[in-house]
Amino acid sequence: MVPLSYYLVLGGILFVCGVLGFLIKRNIITIFLSIELMLNGVNLSFVAFAAQWHALSGQVFVFFVMVVAAAEAAVGLAIIIAVYRTRETLNVDQVNLLKL
Amino acid sequence: MTPKLLNFLWLVPVFPLAGAAINGFFGRQASKKAISAVALGFCGLAFLLALIFAANFSSASAPYTFDLAHWLRSGDFRVDFSFYLDQLSLVMMLVVTGVGFLIHIYSVGYMWEDDGYYRFMAYLNLFMFFMLTLVLAKNYLMMFIGWEGVGLASYLLIGYWFIKDSASSAGKKAFIVNRIGDFGFLIALFLMIKHFGTLDFPSLFAKIQPLSAETAGVGLLTSIGILLMVGAAGKSAQIPLYVWLPDAMEGPTPVSALIHAATMVTAGVYMVARSHLIFERAPTALTVVAIIGTLTALFAATIGIAQTDIKKVLAYSTVSQLGYMFMACGVGAFSAGIFHLMTHAFFKGLLFLAAGSVIHGIGGEQDMRKMGGLRLYMPWTCGTMFVATLAIAGIPPLAGFWSKDEILARAFDANWVYWLFGVVTAFITSFYMFRLIYLTFGGGEYRGAPPPDAHAHDSHGHGHGHGEPHESPWVMLGPLVILAALSLVGGFVGLGNHFEHFLDPVFKAAAEPGLQEPAREAGEKTREYLLMGVSVSVALLGWILAHVLYSSRPQLPARIAERLGRLYKAVANKYYVDELYALLFVNPVVDGSTTILWKGIDQGVIDATVNNSADSARHVSDNLRHMQSGNLRSYAGWVAAGGAVVIAYMVWMGVR
Repeated sequence: MVPLSYYLVLGGILFVCGVLGFLIKRNIITIFLSIELMLNGVNLSFVAFAAQWHALSGQVFVFFVMVVAAAEAAVGLAIIIAVYRTRETLNVDQVNLLKL
Repeated sequence: MTPKLLNFLWLVPVFPLAGAAINGFFGRQASKKAISAVALGFCGLAFLLALIFAANFSSASAPYTFDLAHWLRSGDFRVDFSFYLDQLSLVMMLVVTGVGFLIHIYSVGYMWEDDGYYRFMAYLNLFMFFMLTLVLAKNYLMMFIGWEGVGLASYLLIGYWFIKDSASSAGKKAFIVNRIGDFGFLIALFLMIKHFGTLDFPSLFAKIQPLSAETAGVGLLTSIGILLMVGAAGKSAQIPLYVWLPDAMEGPTPVSALIHAATMVTAGVYMVARSHLIFERAPTALTVVAIIGTLTALFAATIGIAQTDIKKVLAYSTVSQLGYMFMACGVGAFSAGIFHLMTHAFFKGLLFLAAGSVIHGIGGEQDMRKMGGLRLYMPWTCGTMFVATLAIAGIPPLAGFWSKDEILARAFDANWVYWLFGVVTAFITSFYMFRLIYLTFGGGEYRGAPPPDAHAHDSHGHGHGHGEPHESPWVMLGPLVILAALSLVGGFVGLGNHFEHFLDPVFKAAAEPGLQEPAREAGEKTREYLLMGVSVSVALLGWILAHVLYSSRPQLPARIAERLGRLYKAVANKYYVDELYALLFVNPVVDGSTTILWKGIDQGVIDATVNNSADSARHVSDNLRHMQSGNLRSYAGWVAAGGAVVIAYMVWMGVR
């Protein structure tokens, strides 16, 4: 059986990749994907723990996260399209109307 | 007197207070006639009431007390708003209301053109209220209220022309120097409260009366007496606290006459006389009073010789005459001191008013070297001032002669040294007063410039232009004439010791037997006439000397002054006492306040604490500000970094 620590390390790597992508990238879609990456890193550690401790609540959480992520993807992509239509760019540094 | 009438005693001080309130609150809009009517009306009502009381009060009357309202209640200790009328306060009340009323009338003429007329009249009435509270008080605390109140009125009136820097600083000087005296007075009051538990005159004196005299060492009564004298020295301008009075001449002349000659400055004498029971049981304190009085009399008189400002001469003369009164009190002749207080109020009030009339008539000039020959222009002023000069010099049969002679005789009984000082002072007094007369009114011609239309010094410009000195209007001359009449005949109440017997219930009834006046001997009469002869002859001598120096050989004084050189300079500069005080007390206080309190503590500690905390807060925020760049990803970076730190911490704690 694969030890728990392997899953956790993989989950951590995925999460850090997501964080770095979120911080570094300027394209909104890439940022959006980075968020998904972070969510999946967390999901991976959830299911790993659930398998390790034979507790179903971890798996249930993963379903919740997936549902929320799907909803978020639907809304988020709609927003992104709306932004692109009005601003004709997906660069977040140029979407700064709220900044003085 | 019916008790019913006496129940209105409290109205005497309250009338002027009402006048002050009305003029003070509504005077700005009122016409000058209405202001005068209010001020004179209420002051006159007080005088009228005082006259009614006097008519019904005899030397046999028992002291009358009237409690108006409760004030302080603390255990057994109580102080009430209550009034006290005996022969002593009756005399004071008459002098204050009478002379005060005359000076009110005079002020109408003198201050008519001044812009702050209503303010002046309100202050004058306020002064009358406090002065009457002082003399009619039944306990020391109420007396102290009046005492402080007249100090306030004096401050307001000295600094009346507050735009002038010298006037406002003279006001401050008077107020601050008086604080020193009041400090002594207050401590005396605390001692009384601690040891006798009361400040009411009747019960306090009843407790003091059985005590025996403190012949050796400094006891309680001696301490109280000396502390009271400190207070009196402040208010009545005695050594070493006399320096404020000459500066107080910055006020309008009616103020100098009313407050700084006739009434307020005599409050110290009144207070000492009122406390005679304490002083009679404390011979050391009494000696202190006598010595201070005697020295002040001579010291101030010598300064008066070399002054050129007409009001300054009179100011030093006032200090000197107050010294006489304290000398009288100091040798136990309280009634003689009060007698001199009364006659002095007449002739010194008159001298100041006449000087004011002169200043008014020549357009605000106060330097006597620029006067001369004025008898031709203002005969009434000249005549009345001459009467006052005769009175203060002690020429019989004018008022000053009787009171001064009484004091000198009693001083001789006590110690001939006092008498000698007194006689020398009398000579100098006569000299400088006749010098004033010759310089001002004598001589062939007027030495000053024609009075300008706008008054430079006494800034009470009167509109009509005039080329030469002129006599004052009748509203000013009337009081002069009345006071001249009083100076002429005022001394006769002392004939046959009538005045002294009138005050006997106050000073004799409660006096300790040992200090009572010794029985008159056979040789007494001759000696009395001899002393009288000496004092009259020195007065005449002073007159003759002044005549020689300032009338027949006017070039002589300058030569004498040159011959005396530095001595003359010292006298003309008032012995450099002001400079000495500045060096010893004023400058150290000012320097200490500036370097330590102001720049050290206030700016260095208090301001620095506030400013530095504000500055450091601004610096910190200035640096923190850069974290809020508006760049969303940098925020996210902070969040991530924070999260990393938290996790690292938790992991590290878990590992440990």
